[in-house]
Amino acid sequence: MNFDDTPQEAEFRSLARAWIAANAPKQYEDELRKSSLGRTQLKNADILEVAKAWQKKKADAGWACLHWPKDYGGRGSSPIERVIWQQEEGVFGKLSQLFIIGHGMCGPTMMAFAREEHKRKYLPPVASGEKVWCQLFSEPAGGSDVAGLRTRAEKNGDDWVINGQKIWTSGAHYSDYGILLTRTDPTVPKHKGLTMFFLDMKSPGVEVRPIKQASGASDFNEVYFTNVRIPDHQRLGEVNDGWNVSLTTLMNERMSIGAGVATGFPELFDYCSSLMLNDGPAIEDRAVRAKLANWAVKASGLKYTSMRAISALSKGERPGPENSIGKLVAGSMIQDVATYALDLQGAAGVVSGPEDAEVAGRFQAMLLRAPGTRVEGGTDEIMRNIIAERVLGLPGDIRVDKDVPFNKIPTKGR
Amino acid sequence: MNFDFSDDQKQLRDQARKFLAEKCSPKAVRVVLDGKAPYDSELWKGLAEMGFLGVAIPEEFGGAGAGHLELCVIAEEMGRANAPVPFSSTVYLAAEALLIAGSDAQKKKWLPAIASGEAIGTLALFEGKGNPSPKSIKLAAAGGVLNGVKKPVADGAIANFAVVAARTGSSGRDSDISLFLVDLNAGGVEIKNLTNLDPTRGQAEITFKDCKAEPLGAAGEGWSILTQVLDRAAVLCAFEQIGGADRALEMGRDYALDRIAFGRQIGSFQAVKHMLADMYVAATLARSNSYYGAWALSTNAAELPEAAAAARISATQAFQHCAKNNIQVHGGMGFTWEFDCHMYYRRANAMALGLGSLSYWEDQLIDRMRKKNAA
Repeated sequence: MNFDDTPQEAEFRSLARAWIAANAPKQYEDELRKSSLGRTQLKNADILEVAKAWQKKKADAGWACLHWPKDYGGRGSSPIERVIWQQEEGVFGKLSQLFIIGHGMCGPTMMAFAREEHKRKYLPPVASGEKVWCQLFSEPAGGSDVAGLRTRAEKNGDDWVINGQKIWTSGAHYSDYGILLTRTDPTVPKHKGLTMFFLDMKSPGVEVRPIKQASGASDFNEVYFTNVRIPDHQRLGEVNDGWNVSLTTLMNERMSIGAGVATGFPELFDYCSSLMLNDGPAIEDRAVRAKLANWAVKASGLKYTSMRAISALSKGERPGPENSIGKLVAGSMIQDVATYALDLQGAAGVVSGPEDAEVAGRFQAMLLRAPGTRVEGGTDEIMRNIIAERVLGLPGDIRVDKDVPFNKIPTKGR
Repeated sequence: MNFDFSDDQKQLRDQARKFLAEKCSPKAVRVVLDGKAPYDSELWKGLAEMGFLGVAIPEEFGGAGAGHLELCVIAEEMGRANAPVPFSSTVYLAAEALLIAGSDAQKKKWLPAIASGEAIGTLALFEGKGNPSPKSIKLAAAGGVLNGVKKPVADGAIANFAVVAARTGSSGRDSDISLFLVDLNAGGVEIKNLTNLDPTRGQAEITFKDCKAEPLGAAGEGWSILTQVLDRAAVLCAFEQIGGADRALEMGRDYALDRIAFGRQIGSFQAVKHMLADMYVAATLARSNSYYGAWALSTNAAELPEAAAAARISATQAFQHCAKNNIQVHGGMGFTWEFDCHMYYRRANAMALGLGSLSYWEDQLIDRMRKKNAA
């Protein structure tokens, strides 16, 4: 057990540190430091532009998508080097979160299933942030039940013709490409008739409508497909084997969300360190300390769990379903942390917005964004099922639609 | 960076697990649980022969000199087996106090005896309810003799010697406290066995009446030494706790797979599955915090105080959570004397109190995090 850098790791760290010191967009450092879940806007700049510029700068110097192969725009780094980079990049890493779907999910899926010429053409601009990708899986009828989707793909000459609707698509409104899961055979059980494609989001017949969330922000979208044509060479994997392809994406999703998800703890600890209550500093209050200590050990437990996973990864072990715990724990924790921070504010906690609220309204923003974290990429309940079934070996849920042809499955409860 | 135990350490873990599976079955634990013996002396001898008691004691003092990571690995297995021996009081508390503060002569006298299984040691710190603090110590030391009462003292009725925290000043500062070594077979010591939550590890009341004692460490250094001992023991106990938590989780999982109700394995019901998943989550977070504590302990890192408190809180919560819900998964059977669930429930709740309760460690953690942030 050893946390010290090896000589090679130390060398890598000093290179990374020097490059970041010379190149990071420092004018945004303070604002980024104070941003948290639900509040990632810059006051006087378009955060997407700033993020794209930082990503491009990293890519040009060989610091983008460190773990991707060099041929596809990455650096071919080890998992440990990726961690070192993240440690050194610090708050500027929050900018790259805007590209997480492309970097963490679409990219790895393309690497596993796309043709070589497509990988060489499409992946480097993903790494450099020049092209943004989204993931078109969820539908109104199939959220956690991904395989319940109804968007149809029908073969027509060398093309496929797509009709249907997706929902909860993060970043679709600023995406250039997307990976799309469709139904190609409704007469077989639901998992067996799916096929995956990638497509240009500017294709005729694609319409993106932002969804206004409970928080008031619009990070997600509905996407409508009307006779959208996709050439067959943009298919990922075999016809009707889309479920297997999507499992690769979803596993990567859990990895990238799990590793990057915020807990809200550092923000709460800072807040309690400076907040004065009627009887003195909040952090000297017995009840506050008990709450903080309980969240502190969850936050550190998550941190060291991901370090254990990285150690395993660097020894050549595959990331397993145990990585679902990051999202499961952090998702409800951030919601509880935000609720508690507002509780400490008393009646003043009801005021939100960066101008009028305590600490620029970061906890109010967090509270209103947090419910989404517990749902996106699989609900808490799905995460618990994954742990119970795939880690502990408990029986799967009873699935009454498992062997029923998709077009015979009831569509209404009553 | 490599955040895992080495292959050699994992091999040691397998060896300890195999040994304990053979020598420390639930049936053997029940001999002590049922009050037929104060501890499993055969197992104690076996642990000494395997070299487990002295694994972190330097070779010059009769130990294996392997180190604290190795001791963590063994501690986890002791917790998994629910071993009814005075391992934590002797090895984590008494031996660590000697290693930190003992004179050469004291180390030479007691450490080889610990490693060989001849001596059982303990720490006499508490005096009734409340958490560790210099103020809570009333037992007085003057002129080389002790007067006062310690209660509860873990394994006090079977220990050969105790490290005793005593008051040697009245300034109201931490420096009022000094430590002493007491041979419990000497005169002036009265020991009363106490009924306690976990009969597989005894608790006693020890009364000292003009009892001769030799200082351990410098006068006035007692509280600072105790803090170090408690931090180290917190990490080691955390490993026992994660071992126990994992075993309780396994028992619950196995039962959920075996038991049929409403025509299905009960483990196929989401309410049961999700309870077990939450047990897994708690055990995993505790394990990760404990690994960090193990690293800090084995390297004597500046992070040890914070890491120890985090490991302590996390592992205490995880063991209590898993032990409690293991009974719940078992339903009515889990509440019977015959099933083993209650042994882990007892141990989990006894261990949660032994080094100071959660509220003490929560305070410690926040103080230590503040100190680090201020630095």
